[in-house]
Amino acid sequence: MPADAAGLGRARAAAFVAPALLLIAGFLVFPALWTIYLGMTDYRLTGLAAAEPAFTGLDNVRRALDEDQFTHSLGLTLQFVVGSAVLGQALLGFAIAWLLRERHGALRRLVEALVLLAWILPGSVVAFLWIALLDREDGTLNALLGTPGTAWLVEHPMAAIIVFNIWRGTAFSMMLYAAALSSVPPSQLETARLAGASSWQQLRDVVLPRIRGHVLTNLLLISLWTFNDFTPFLLTNGGPGDETEIMPVFVYKTALFNGELGYGAALSVLMLLVNLVIALVYVRLLRAREAAS
Amino acid sequence: MSPRELLGRVGRYTLLSLVLAFFALPLLWLATAPFDRTPEIAASWPEFTLDNVRELLDNENALRSLRNSVLLAGGTCALVVTLSALAAYALSRVRLPGRDGLLYALLLLSSIVTGTAAMVPLFNLAYELDLIDSRLGVILVLTGGLLPSAIFILKDFTDATPVSYEESARVFGASPLQIVRHLVVPLIRPGLATIGVWSVAQVWGNFLIPFLLLRSPEKSPAAVVMYTFYTEGGQPDLALISTFSLLYSLPVVLMFLFVSSRYGFRFHGGIKR
Amino acid sequence: MAAIALTGLTKDYPGGVRALDGLELDVADGEFFALLGPSGCGKTTILRTIAGLEEATAGTVVIGGDDVTRLPPGRRDVAMVFQDYALFPHMTVTDNVAYPLRIRKVPTAERRGRAAETAGQLGLTKQLDRRPGQLSGGQQQRVALARAMACHPRVFLFDEPLSNLDARMRLEARTFLKRLQRELAVTTVFVTHDQAEALALADRIAVLSDGRVRQVGTPTEVFRRPANTFVASFIGSTPMNLLPGTVTAGARVLVGDAALPAPVGEIAPGTPVVYGIRPEYLRLTPTAGEDTVTGEITVVENLGSTQLLTLEGPAGTVQVVVPEDSEAAPGAPLHVVPRADRALLYRPDGDGELLTNCPTPGGAAPGA
Repeated sequence: MPADAAGLGRARAAAFVAPALLLIAGFLVFPALWTIYLGMTDYRLTGLAAAEPAFTGLDNVRRALDEDQFTHSLGLTLQFVVGSAVLGQALLGFAIAWLLRERHGALRRLVEALVLLAWILPGSVVAFLWIALLDREDGTLNALLGTPGTAWLVEHPMAAIIVFNIWRGTAFSMMLYAAALSSVPPSQLETARLAGASSWQQLRDVVLPRIRGHVLTNLLLISLWTFNDFTPFLLTNGGPGDETEIMPVFVYKTALFNGELGYGAALSVLMLLVNLVIALVYVRLLRAREAAS
Repeated sequence: MSPRELLGRVGRYTLLSLVLAFFALPLLWLATAPFDRTPEIAASWPEFTLDNVRELLDNENALRSLRNSVLLAGGTCALVVTLSALAAYALSRVRLPGRDGLLYALLLLSSIVTGTAAMVPLFNLAYELDLIDSRLGVILVLTGGLLPSAIFILKDFTDATPVSYEESARVFGASPLQIVRHLVVPLIRPGLATIGVWSVAQVWGNFLIPFLLLRSPEKSPAAVVMYTFYTEGGQPDLALISTFSLLYSLPVVLMFLFVSSRYGFRFHGGIKR
Repeated sequence: MAAIALTGLTKDYPGGVRALDGLELDVADGEFFALLGPSGCGKTTILRTIAGLEEATAGTVVIGGDDVTRLPPGRRDVAMVFQDYALFPHMTVTDNVAYPLRIRKVPTAERRGRAAETAGQLGLTKQLDRRPGQLSGGQQQRVALARAMACHPRVFLFDEPLSNLDARMRLEARTFLKRLQRELAVTTVFVTHDQAEALALADRIAVLSDGRVRQVGTPTEVFRRPANTFVASFIGSTPMNLLPGTVTAGARVLVGDAALPAPVGEIAPGTPVVYGIRPEYLRLTPTAGEDTVTGEITVVENLGSTQLLTLEGPAGTVQVVVPEDSEAAPGAPLHVVPRADRALLYRPDGDGELLTNCPTPGGAAPGA
């Protein structure tokens, strides 16, 4: 592409980019860096350490790695990500996109509309809808299953928020896979069909190799989003006890309930590092794909 | 039809029905309870009434929170669309050193940092800048978090418009700003609409940032107020909650319908990288 | 008066690619001038440098006596029609045609009037309120032309103006374009990779390859006397036969086992040369002789009123154009005689320059 079609010039281009970059630097990059610094102090919300936080180096990190609470929370988060995003949303999203791939009727529109609705409704609303659905006394689910008195959010809290998040986030995967499937040239599928391939063989030999990039991108994005999702807090408050205290909730409680801002920041940094590792793994896989093709 | 095909077809419809049921079930309550004379927590056929709506419209607190949501969403949307459009266009047309790497790094950072990880320094930053309990503070923080993705998505749109349009206008003597106004903005309008809807939806549902930065209840948006409805004070007022949920959900749903019917809510090429 | 003079034009792209190297080219006022060459030869770069969309690394661009090398495109008083026409999809035909006037701050009513008038001249009156997406390819092309005409520029620049049209439309548009240029008499430079288009449209053609001008001349000159083997094989609907041979005594060239007549001139016997003859200038003969090329027909291609035969023989692979009624069949032997006054001799090495001085006039050297 010839550079600079509109004749912007470097200076004007920089002026176009500057306001956005300034806001990003101020309200995204700077807080991230600040988090790293805070993580190395004993900064607190109240008390002596609130006025004059002392530099404590890697003490917070050491404390986190020693405490069961951190590993417990990280474990829950990984369960949550693998269960609801990697397995739940991605598989269900792909299945829906695949089932609907050659349809254009009312059924497709209805399914898509409902799945999308779950995605676009505000978090506070869907949280309450699920609280109502899973209510111990007269929740719709208990009425349907004939299991009155089952407190799903207390008895199976992790399963509840995993299913909730599958319901909530499948739309993105569905739309992305629908776009990916439509990018597979029909001639390739027809060639496979002429060669006598079954649906499953077409999927395995023609479709999947072609949309591997989409799959990886999708997994990367939904993994990161799910890892940092705060909405389960609205459902369970991290409880009962600490049974659904996934990382974002754990950070929130440490920093703002217990007032341990420094420790909370150190937890955030550890969270960022885990995110980074996840991202790097996917980027590696993507690279390998590009190198292979 | 061979038995095998029949089996496939039956399987397919069964699966689709299950999917439909799974996604419809939690939504039932939202459709019935607001119009029920005596709403219960279980979804049931309503004794139809509009009393709940009438009652809600008299509830100053609820209406004010919706107005706050509109202010926050509108402000953020305007900032995000304007700034990301300018930046995406410049980045798409001028080779700035390190552009792609920077964009990816920011995208990654935004999907990680937005929200929980940086809540402590965000709170501190707002405090230092005297932006605690200020709507502007919420708008700026949200904008900073949304911009990288917005730029990324919009750059896809600008990359996809042929440069010959701009070159042609340039040969006729149009200035860069005229080119942006006359050509680029109309050409990437679907992209702008997508970003607009997306940012409004993000802000509309965002609970954490306003919860963190706003102190006074008069400034709280619907996401936060809604949460107080069902967590505080013993017995939840189901009529209020359900009707409010519906009213609160309606704008994003309508907006989404409008945009997807008009422009198609589409994914562009860049998403697959 | 708007002649164009390019002097010492050099264009380097980032990364060290040199697209143009010290290019010299003159386009006379009112001339219809073609830049012809294979893709990647630099022809589009030249056009874009004249427009100002690319900035020359070195050298000057002079239009109508004004040095415009450092002027932005909008101040060069040129209009360009892009290969994809670049019609703005969100504007009507009127708004598209009026766009240059809008930039020049012509009042709305006046510019709409002028746009309608220009579009009317090109037969677009019925399409004024349509969007480009609702027009046929030929109509779109005329809208692009109208838009270029609307601001009465000194120079038209066309980038592959006919390549987006289907074969039939292309012939129609070609005739239309030539007539239009005659009537407007505006200096026009156009880029094409299609030699037939260049021959049909242009007053003069510059044949380019690898950022260099290989020949400049009228269509007749370029067709009859290609200055080198590159031009010889590029121009013509079937490429010239270029056969390696040796000059012999008696003003002949030995190609395979045939001693063919050629304008040998001063060339010493024994010199290796390339013998060039177009397929159209080979004639069938019933009997073999000293001056006939003999071979076996391997391929017969029907071109409508003629046939293109491919021969394999001692002289190598030779193509011949014969009348439609010749009963040629693959496998049959064939004898053909070249027209001596159409044969050309080229150097077998270097750039393959033309060696002989035939009586044909002209033969302009590059930049002359």
